[in-house]
Amino acid sequence: MSNEATTQHEIHHHDSHAHDAHEHHEHAHHEHKQHFFTKYVFSMDHKIISRQFLVMGMFWAIAGGLMSVFFRLQLGFPDKTFAILSNFLGEWARGGKLDPEMYYGLVTIHGTVLVFFVLTAGLSGTFSNFLIPLQIGARDMASPFLNMLSFWFFAIASVIMFSSLFVTTGPASGGWTTYPPLSALKEASIGSGLGMDLWLVSMALFVVSSLLGGLNYIVTVLNMRTKGMSMTRMPLTIWAFLFTAVLGVLSFPVLLSAAVLLLFDRHAGTSFYLSEIFIAGKALPNVGGSAILYQHLFRFLGHPEVYIIMLPAMGIASEVLSTHSRKPIFGYFAMILSLIGITVLAFLVWAHHMFVTGMSPFLGGVFVLLTLLIAIPSAVKVFNWLTTIFRGNIRFTPAMMFAIGFVSLFISGGLTGLFLGNSALDIHLHDTYFVVAHFHIVMGISAFFGMFAGVYHWFPKMYGRFMNNTLGYIHFFLTFIGAYVIFWPMHYEGVSGMPRRYYEYTNWESFKQFGELNQMISIAAIIVFFAQLLFVFNYFVSVWKGRKVTDPNPWKANSLEWTTPILPGHGNWDGPIPEVYRWAYDYKDNGEGGDYIPQNVPLREGEADDHH
Amino acid sequence: MSGLLLVALVALIFVVLYQVARSSEMVARIQGEEIFDKKRNKLLAYSMLVLMVSFFAGIYACHRYMMPLMAPEAASDHGKQYDFMFLVTLAVTGAVFVLCQILLFWFAFKYQRKGEKVPFHFAHSTKLELVWTTIPAIAMAVLVAIGLKAWFTMTSEAPKGSMQIEIIGKQFNWISRYPGPDGVLGKRYFTNINDKDNILGLDWKDPKNMDDIIVPNGELRLVKGKPVELLIGSRDVIHDVGLSHFRLKMDAVPGITSRLWFTPIITTEEMKKITGNEKFVYELSCDQMCGKGHYSMRAVIVVETQEEHDAWLAKQQSYYAQNHQPEAPKVETPAADAPKAEGPKADSAKSITMNIK
Repeated sequence: MSNEATTQHEIHHHDSHAHDAHEHHEHAHHEHKQHFFTKYVFSMDHKIISRQFLVMGMFWAIAGGLMSVFFRLQLGFPDKTFAILSNFLGEWARGGKLDPEMYYGLVTIHGTVLVFFVLTAGLSGTFSNFLIPLQIGARDMASPFLNMLSFWFFAIASVIMFSSLFVTTGPASGGWTTYPPLSALKEASIGSGLGMDLWLVSMALFVVSSLLGGLNYIVTVLNMRTKGMSMTRMPLTIWAFLFTAVLGVLSFPVLLSAAVLLLFDRHAGTSFYLSEIFIAGKALPNVGGSAILYQHLFRFLGHPEVYIIMLPAMGIASEVLSTHSRKPIFGYFAMILSLIGITVLAFLVWAHHMFVTGMSPFLGGVFVLLTLLIAIPSAVKVFNWLTTIFRGNIRFTPAMMFAIGFVSLFISGGLTGLFLGNSALDIHLHDTYFVVAHFHIVMGISAFFGMFAGVYHWFPKMYGRFMNNTLGYIHFFLTFIGAYVIFWPMHYEGVSGMPRRYYEYTNWESFKQFGELNQMISIAAIIVFFAQLLFVFNYFVSVWKGRKVTDPNPWKANSLEWTTPILPGHGNWDGPIPEVYRWAYDYKDNGEGGDYIPQNVPLREGEADDHH
Repeated sequence: MSGLLLVALVALIFVVLYQVARSSEMVARIQGEEIFDKKRNKLLAYSMLVLMVSFFAGIYACHRYMMPLMAPEAASDHGKQYDFMFLVTLAVTGAVFVLCQILLFWFAFKYQRKGEKVPFHFAHSTKLELVWTTIPAIAMAVLVAIGLKAWFTMTSEAPKGSMQIEIIGKQFNWISRYPGPDGVLGKRYFTNINDKDNILGLDWKDPKNMDDIIVPNGELRLVKGKPVELLIGSRDVIHDVGLSHFRLKMDAVPGITSRLWFTPIITTEEMKKITGNEKFVYELSCDQMCGKGHYSMRAVIVVETQEEHDAWLAKQQSYYAQNHQPEAPKVETPAADAPKAEGPKADSAKSITMNIK
């Protein structure tokens, strides 16, 4: 079996299914004697790699969150100075007043790292790595080595991005979308100097990381499922990770090409994106390029990226809602079909970010139609989640709270997409706070909720301990209420036309009336930021001090990861990999008073495999 | 010092919360995990109801607070169409929103854990799934139909006899150009630009340029009831002509001319009465991130009657005349009723004029 062969040289003697458990036990001792570096740093164990992604993601979430606190201070209190700003930012906040250049730098890096480093690498990287082998019944990824490289490319990308914060001319400051010519010309903005080069190199390396990971996930899911694990018996998490990887593999290369062409324009004198520009007192020689070309290339990734972020959260929510409602997920096949629908449509809607670039109105019309189509699979998913908890027997674990919060946020944020996807409304709402509210709720906060649900749910499998529940609930309530307090009023500002990415609004007759509101939002944002530190605190304290897990299946769930030992070693199962006889959501009377039947339990006498 | 206090306060809150959290787990152990879990589960189920009620109460309070601050009614015919569409979309999404949120929180409360019962097994229903695939599909079809109708009207060719005004963005202000008596805007090219006497790069070999009027602070003078077509361009990076009161916007892209037309229907003076704000002014905002002065890239729009417009036009001198007749008296731009049009605040305007000189 390829499943076994690939990991053979790392896990000694796991060479056949019919392996004697006792014999294995002796060898297990050798594994634990791995050097610290090979075990925790350059590890090829998917479980360690997933934790590396998670911890790196947390680092970036705190850094990115702190940046948002800084620029929210400016937005909420444009006439005040803050010592903390000059402490952190030095010359960029002389006398405690944030410099506009740095304001835009913070906005840019906040967007970039949260979208790519936290919600792509930290979410999909963590859970695809952790759950794919465990839930499909494999000992590791198809290529543990590429998997390790995937993390280390991400780590290098992280170091470069972080270092860009410290260069004299500041980090990239053209917004996370870095549209040229602003991002292409040093004369246009000082952030478009060295900071922008570092941004581009970092993103290029990130694309490499993402491709290595994505290919690995796809190959693993397709080839390394255990006996009996047909595609339609897989948990929805795995389906979600599979399509996430497909989206990434097909769209990230386009971002790479956009970045490479931009580097050429910056340093090789080409004119891919530049034409007829007069800047810094002189006319540039570039003619014939198109600034809009970059937007097409960027958005060809940029939109699928939204689903790269959302699909894993959807998968996790499906799994958590079903497990803690003690009910099968409703409409399993409809869930898969809607994932497929979203994946296909994700590639056909990118230009809805560009309705007001002056593109052909007919083309705009086509993209309106395709964009609103994507509401259908999304609606199906929401109704199926609601029906999943309908007449359930709900345990409100912290994971479940976050999964419910996820659905609420996804409903709120998804519906505002119908405004923005309709070009005749977008022509007013584009680039206003309505957009900020929309995407923060639907792909920012709700994806975070999916991620939190996943961490609380699988923490016992990761560390053999529980996170503290009470802190988990406090974290939930602060974050859920805080998220709505921050982002709900922004819709109103956007409907009033208040533009995003403004350093201050005090001089605008049309927008200055929102000053008091912006203050309130800033205060809420700071509180929510500290609530996240509570989560991080809970996480690290629980790693060492958490209540120990005693039951290998603490949530009484059906999927295969709960058939492993409490703290699985490299190779996941001590004995042979379990065989699968039923789908992942057999929450029903097991004939002995229980309400669930794990996937590895053979069908009972006369029991029909009713779904699959 | 206050920073230190803040850090200490946050640390204190963390310690308190952690102690509370730990003691609650101790209580659990003393009471017996099962009883404790049962109690807590019930409490959390009720919290779902509380969340739902406070959620809708919060939305109502927010709405009450926000409505007086909102932008006034749309000041263009396209804006009217936008406002109608917005309401239709709001009705559709609002209904779905209220229904789904109530169901979510209500189900969560209602179906809280009640002992070790085996819940209702309900994994699939083709009929239900068809229903909730079809209904959104129909709703989407309606929204797309209304949307595209409005979109194709807004983006259609400007009607014959529209006034044409060119509006050009640069870091960090707008420049507007009016065609002058001949009614035609002359050719321009970026290599002709210089900041001393040809800020838009007009081609002086083109006679149509001779009477063109340039307003260097980008002021737009529009006529109530008269369609206007904006020819939008940029000198350097991408900007965006944001006309929030007219519910429209369009990017300004270097090397490309984009177009946008609409008919203003409320004059500035009328809007002052409608809003009850004597200082009301239509503003043109840059809506595409364009650099460090992005937030101050403002211009004023004046909507006036035809007579007022003609009177203003008569006072203007062509850009050519301004720059090629040294003895001619310099015309003060712009008109007297928009004195603050240049920069919102003197010092911020100064700090962002990096490339103007």
